Amino acid sequence: MLTLSAVAAEAPRPQPKSGIEYAGGDVRALQADDFGNPGMLWVARGEKLWSAPAGRSGKSCAGCHRDAPTTMKGVATRYPRRDVGGGELLNLEGRINQCREQRQGADVLRYESEELLALTAYVAHQSRGMPVNVEINDANRVNFERGRDTYYRRQGQMNLACTHCHEQNAGRKLLADTISEGHGNAYPVYRLEWQSAGSLHRRLRACFFGVRAEQPAAGSAELVDLELYLASRARGLQVETPGVRR
Amino acid sequence: MLARVQVPAQARRGDVFPIRIAIQHSMETGYRPDNFGRRIPKNVINTLTCRYNGVEVFRAEMGSGVSANPQLQFYLRAENSGELVFDWVDDSGQRGSERAPITVTA
Amino acid sequence: MSADRRRFLVSCSALALAPALALAQQNPQREALLREVTRGAALRIGRVLVDTPTLADNGHSVPLRIAVDSPMTAADHVRRITILAERNPRPVVASYALGPYSGRGEIVTRIRVADIQDIIAVAELSDGSFWMGSAHVIVTELACLEG
Repeated sequence: MLTLSAVAAEAPRPQPKSGIEYAGGDVRALQADDFGNPGMLWVARGEKLWSAPAGRSGKSCAGCHRDAPTTMKGVATRYPRRDVGGGELLNLEGRINQCREQRQGADVLRYESEELLALTAYVAHQSRGMPVNVEINDANRVNFERGRDTYYRRQGQMNLACTHCHEQNAGRKLLADTISEGHGNAYPVYRLEWQSAGSLHRRLRACFFGVRAEQPAAGSAELVDLELYLASRARGLQVETPGVRR
Repeated sequence: MLARVQVPAQARRGDVFPIRIAIQHSMETGYRPDNFGRRIPKNVINTLTCRYNGVEVFRAEMGSGVSANPQLQFYLRAENSGELVFDWVDDSGQRGSERAPITVTA
Repeated sequence: MSADRRRFLVSCSALALAPALALAQQNPQREALLREVTRGAALRIGRVLVDTPTLADNGHSVPLRIAVDSPMTAADHVRRITILAERNPRPVVASYALGPYSGRGEIVTRIRVADIQDIIAVAELSDGSFWMGSAHVIVTELACLEG
């Protein structure tokens, strides 16, 4: 039986377009304005936190990773990622929390907390302008397929899958908004609607809510797997962190 | 309070230059409910001043109609070298401050 | 900001001497709001440019530039600019004190717009006169009272 997932995987896809290309003039101008872009406030906070001692170790990120613009350059283009020795698939937030817990002796940071948003934005920002270049290999193929299944699975009261809006109707209107292709290349993003920066998982959960489906928890394996699949769809798009969206 | 200020490092005497400031603040309107349906109390940055070598040259009085993470651009005429000091306070009494040097050439 | 999305109120045009009161009489609420700012002094339309998009992406954060036609000298300058949004729950959005040292009677910021309305800017000049400009803003995602 040919599943929706298998059929969609075979069809060649057109060049991806970033969400910023579906945005209006003001949003585009605000994202391009390095001072006015409100997401840069989180990047600035992340820069401070990078050098702040954390946890029982008293070590800062800088203590091991030195100068972020050098050592973190390109990192975000390769995430989500699984460690060479095994272990779970980690997105940037997961990696930051793993470092904190295992190497700094510090508490994990909650999703949407000021600190996690700031550190994630700061690290991803060091890859701004570089193309998303996540690799799908034997180590993460199972995660990729799970993510792809989620993308094409109908869910919620509205019985819609991600593909119905973001693949089949990108560029068309939904209420007062233009549907984008749903890429994650600009995250963490400052969303005018949130009046704050927020994570990709916050945005994904909002989509699940939008189709009236049960929302997976932020940081859950389901969302990290989906994030990997989305990153594979976004290959070639430039990292824009911190992005600005409506 | 985290803030960023953009002031030209240098200006010629008499020139008019822009100043930009962006402050991380939720500018809570008092109308938003929290996750339990309780009103989050109003708390906005209500006053922001800029002093140029000690003299107040700009004052903004703001309400909840100003967007979250407020940003502002205004202008000053370059007079003497010295320092620009920005001070602001929100409804809860929390204060913030930033300073930026400026060199004014003849 | 893209030109095709901007509506500019032409300053120093034929409208310059049209008394704002005539318009305000059609809207007593606006009249009361303006009177609060002018303390009863005469208010004229003109000299104040309100630059903001006709259709805002999101009412929580609408870009706004107010530019007053003024030489900004010691003898002739803008003392204060007040921003009003009459359909916001708190119509007085912000007020800025300027002076000759400002060099330019101009403010750029971002405001919350709670409903489709005119955004009004009132400038108080050093000679005690008051001038106003306005621009109509359409919002589909409303600030303050929704979400």
